Amino acid sequence: MSDDVIVADGLRKEFTVRVRTGRLRREKRLVTAVDGIDLRVARGEMLGYIGPNGAGKSTTLKMFTGVLTPSAGEVRVCGLRPVAQRTRLALRVGVVFGQRSQLWWDLPLRDSFALLRHVYRVPAAAHAARLRRCRGLLDLDPFLDTPVRQLSLGQRMRGELTAALLHGPEVLFLDEPTIGLDVVSKQAVRGFLGELGRAGDTTLVLTTHDLADIERLCRRLVVVDHGRVVHDGSIAALHERYGSRRLLVADLDAPLPGPPALPGAPLQRQEADGHRLVFALESAGVAEVVAALAGLGAVRDVSIVEPDIEDVVARLYRSRRGSDDADLRGDDADLRGGGQPLRL
Amino acid sequence: MADASGGTLAAYRALLGAQARAQTAYRTSFVIDVVGNVGSTVFDVLTVLVIFGVTRELGGFTLRETMVMVGLSTCAFAVADLLVGSIERLPRYVRTGLLDAVLVRPLGALPQLLLMDLPLRKVSRAAFGLAVLVIAVASAGVEWTPARALLVVLAPLAGVVFFGSVFVATATVSFWWVDSGELANSVTYGGRDFTSYPITVFEGWFRAAFAYGLGFAFVSYHPALALLGRADPLGLPAWVGWAAPAVALVAAAGAAATWRTGIRHYRSTGS
Repeated sequence: MSDDVIVADGLRKEFTVRVRTGRLRREKRLVTAVDGIDLRVARGEMLGYIGPNGAGKSTTLKMFTGVLTPSAGEVRVCGLRPVAQRTRLALRVGVVFGQRSQLWWDLPLRDSFALLRHVYRVPAAAHAARLRRCRGLLDLDPFLDTPVRQLSLGQRMRGELTAALLHGPEVLFLDEPTIGLDVVSKQAVRGFLGELGRAGDTTLVLTTHDLADIERLCRRLVVVDHGRVVHDGSIAALHERYGSRRLLVADLDAPLPGPPALPGAPLQRQEADGHRLVFALESAGVAEVVAALAGLGAVRDVSIVEPDIEDVVARLYRSRRGSDDADLRGDDADLRGGGQPLRL
Repeated sequence: MADASGGTLAAYRALLGAQARAQTAYRTSFVIDVVGNVGSTVFDVLTVLVIFGVTRELGGFTLRETMVMVGLSTCAFAVADLLVGSIERLPRYVRTGLLDAVLVRPLGALPQLLLMDLPLRKVSRAAFGLAVLVIAVASAGVEWTPARALLVVLAPLAGVVFFGSVFVATATVSFWWVDSGELANSVTYGGRDFTSYPITVFEGWFRAAFAYGLGFAFVSYHPALALLGRADPLGLPAWVGWAAPAVALVAAAGAAATWRTGIRHYRSTGS
């Protein structure tokens, strides 16, 4: 187990909040943001940490980095206790908080990087080599001499990523690294993180709302809700567990007289007045379903839709929340995919 | 470890350098800021002079004697305000996430916050405070002994440490109680005003609380008595004037403990 860079056992964080209960009366209420998280992350792993707003993702990352003191439980990162050994840990981890900055607002990006070399006491040669690599991969040169306050969000995020990596951290924590970015910047950030992960010597832990981040980058997915881990495993395991299946979409020349009953492939829905049928592939194979359909009428086109992670996660949240569904939709634009047209 | 601590110092120096560069980027506006900033401190000293325009003694002390207290107080407060005063913006650091950013770096959080927001324009106040102290001491007719020469250096330093501790401790309260700013101000600025006068002009529980409960009597009143060789009209023994550095160290230890506890209670902001 010595190769686990993150070990958390029964990690909890509670906050007391004062709630107005009357004109002058206030009541203390205990809010549990993180409710007993057990987690082990091996060196070199790329871990996606997802959950709805308020699920405790950021709070957990802040406990991993020594910003917040846990209310209970044990946590070790790189073998260190984050709060008690905060400054030692800081030398070995990198942190990108999407809505915080590690950069100096009034200084050119280049100067921020130079300052961070002193802050982290990095030898000049190592610093220069890492900066050169980031400049190439993240295309920093066009804005290296621009004051940070004048950078676009995408440019700033590329700067933040560089800033977090200049001291060669063993673990990189990313809290919403793609939030608010345009498509091009998102791709640049994902491409860069993918590259970093493939190199294998940096452990990546990222929280996100954007499931595409996870699909591109992470083999392992941890889903949290209400401060608890509700899924920990591969994306495939998530699909399996929550019954998401591949879909077979068949376009027909003419609608069938009645809904077909195919063993092992229940009909999910009909579209275009019965010209399009969508089946869930449970135990039946593609060939069986196509053969059965061909026996019923003329099939014009067949396509297979891989399960959509957004769909799965939305279903997962919904099954846990029941009537809170509306709330979920309100604050989680990325998870609205649930009942929408298929992505082909 | 010598190497590591040298590296830490270099890191702090780099932070200070960046701060200085950012603030002095617009030279003219910086100069105006520096000059403008001396204003309120001059006003504080003028207030005392105006009072002596209508009275010959204040709480049993002459103008020259009182000015030693004013000098000690002004100098200590202005330097502490320059070095540590920006910590009263702690609630803002919490809100903007600067505290989070600072906590993930391999340096102390408090020194980083202070260095990243060092109000260099206040250097004029510190210089003015020092000038007031030098002039007041020079014109007060002090009978110099080696011990008093030492005290005239140590007492203002102790005062800086003391006021700095008050700044840190009162700002830290905002970790628990976000709207604590008014209370914090009444202690820091109230304390500054309190130390600008002989404590004999105050009375009752108020004097007891500020002078000895919070320890402000050791910033200017007692050191000034020791420098001037005057017995305390309130009856405390002469050595009390020499206790200022010890009191300052106790205050610093208390402030450090408060800060550490506050950081543990820090709740950060959402996301």
